[in-house]
Amino acid sequence: MASDTDALHTTALLLCEVGGRPVLLGSRCLACGEHYFPETDSCTRCSTTDLTPCELGSEGLLWSWTIQGFLPKEPYNSGESSETFIPYGVGYVEMPSGIKVESRLTCADPQRLRIGMPMQLVSIDYGQHADSGTLRTFAFAPVGSTSNLEAY
Amino acid sequence: MEQIAIIGIGMHPFGRTEGMSGQAQGAHAVRLALQDANVAWDQVGIAYGGSQDAGNADALSNHLGLTGLPFINVANGCATGGSALASVVSALRAGTADIGVAVGFDKHPRGAFNPRPADWGLQDWYGETGLMLTTQFFALKTQRYMHEHGISEDALVRVAQRAFRNGAITPHAWRQRELSYEEIAQSMPVNLPLRKYMFCNPAEGGAALVLCRASEAHRYTDRPVLVRAAVMRTRHHGSFEVFSPALAADMAPAPTVTASLAAYEEAGVAPGDIDVVQLQDTDCGSEIIHLAENGFCEHGEQEHLLREGHTDIGGRLPVNTDGGCLANGEPVGASGLRQVVEICQQLRQQAGQRQVPGAPRLGYTHVYGAPGVSAVTILEAP
Repeated sequence: MASDTDALHTTALLLCEVGGRPVLLGSRCLACGEHYFPETDSCTRCSTTDLTPCELGSEGLLWSWTIQGFLPKEPYNSGESSETFIPYGVGYVEMPSGIKVESRLTCADPQRLRIGMPMQLVSIDYGQHADSGTLRTFAFAPVGSTSNLEAY
Repeated sequence: MEQIAIIGIGMHPFGRTEGMSGQAQGAHAVRLALQDANVAWDQVGIAYGGSQDAGNADALSNHLGLTGLPFINVANGCATGGSALASVVSALRAGTADIGVAVGFDKHPRGAFNPRPADWGLQDWYGETGLMLTTQFFALKTQRYMHEHGISEDALVRVAQRAFRNGAITPHAWRQRELSYEEIAQSMPVNLPLRKYMFCNPAEGGAALVLCRASEAHRYTDRPVLVRAAVMRTRHHGSFEVFSPALAADMAPAPTVTASLAAYEEAGVAPGDIDVVQLQDTDCGSEIIHLAENGFCEHGEQEHLLREGHTDIGGRLPVNTDGGCLANGEPVGASGLRQVVEICQQLRQQAGQRQVPGAPRLGYTHVYGAPGVSAVTILEAP
């Protein structure tokens, strides 16, 4: 995992670190047990507002995927142009509680992505900002792969 | 319950019209619908309408005449037209007015939509890190659906092929060039499994309807189309919707399913009774999913239906006879009423080269879109 301190972690508040590894944070409804990502203060399942912060984990199974094939418009802020744009993977990863979290994937090769494959949470650098420097976010990588090398 | 009829239909062709505002295209559609109904604007007692990117519908009065009528702005995304229609139907049934107008119009910038996270109750990171794209959502939903129900890319290609084939014989369609199987199958991967020619494009256009109580309809036209059902529904917890940073552990049926069931119940008919269909085809995957969600086949049966030509104009379940969103583009506010106009033309047997044979009696329209809304109508021939 990259550790350069100049990077701006766009999604730092969505994560915590346990034993040097990133873990996704969410909410759990105290009334019905439903999980949410990101954290929220209301349950759309049972309409109550008693939620507590919780950890959603670091590993899951790939539930669906696509490859983003064109440069998104703003507010996407990677700093790329349509000439320098590198397609990236996007997917939903099913976490142990059953919630599926949407995420960038470190792999953008349609031959290697399979629904059901095990994935692990990592951090990736996804762009450069004129003022803030390197931009970082969470992503999921196929288990056993080295994340950043694959994406860049 | 009082029956309501569509007595006038009008459209401004979808596509791109430089130098003409979305509102002017909406007003154009209303004028044509009034003409079709032999009704003057000052006879209209209530109007509902809307757009996503082209301003308020009540501003159409600046084009059509300031008659003082109650003109209500509707903003329900892709279900704007359907919501406007359902509202006019309710108002006419309640006796609020004798003649009502439903109108939708739009004019979007070129390229993909670029929504602001805050407008959707989302945090900035969701857009900044490249997750807030409608095309991604359609691809993720299609990918999962194909996996669960054993559908191959062949079905995606066939949906697009039929759409452009029908567009080519629709005089007012935006895309009028038929595309070969290979052209579609080898087009640029936009969001796999969906490619360039499997997505519709944001566009411009307008569509309008004039309605009255069915018992009065023959004063205006000899071809009234009965509105047997006009229903709009929003999502339940657990449905797979656009702009969702996460999906619930237990999934729920889409709003399409609830809108569809309510419409069949209101009309007292079943999917097998429907003769001609319009389904939201933002992309090929969506149309495939919507075939089953609206009850026209079982999940997984679509590939067979498409390969055998059952959804073609001459087939047993003609779908998107005017080429749908794929060939007409999607001006969000107008799109749902474009579907209704096409079904009215089919039921009035005025659809020219694309006319479904055998005098179709019942037609069906379906829209679905962000943030999890659906509108369904069931219409009956004069």
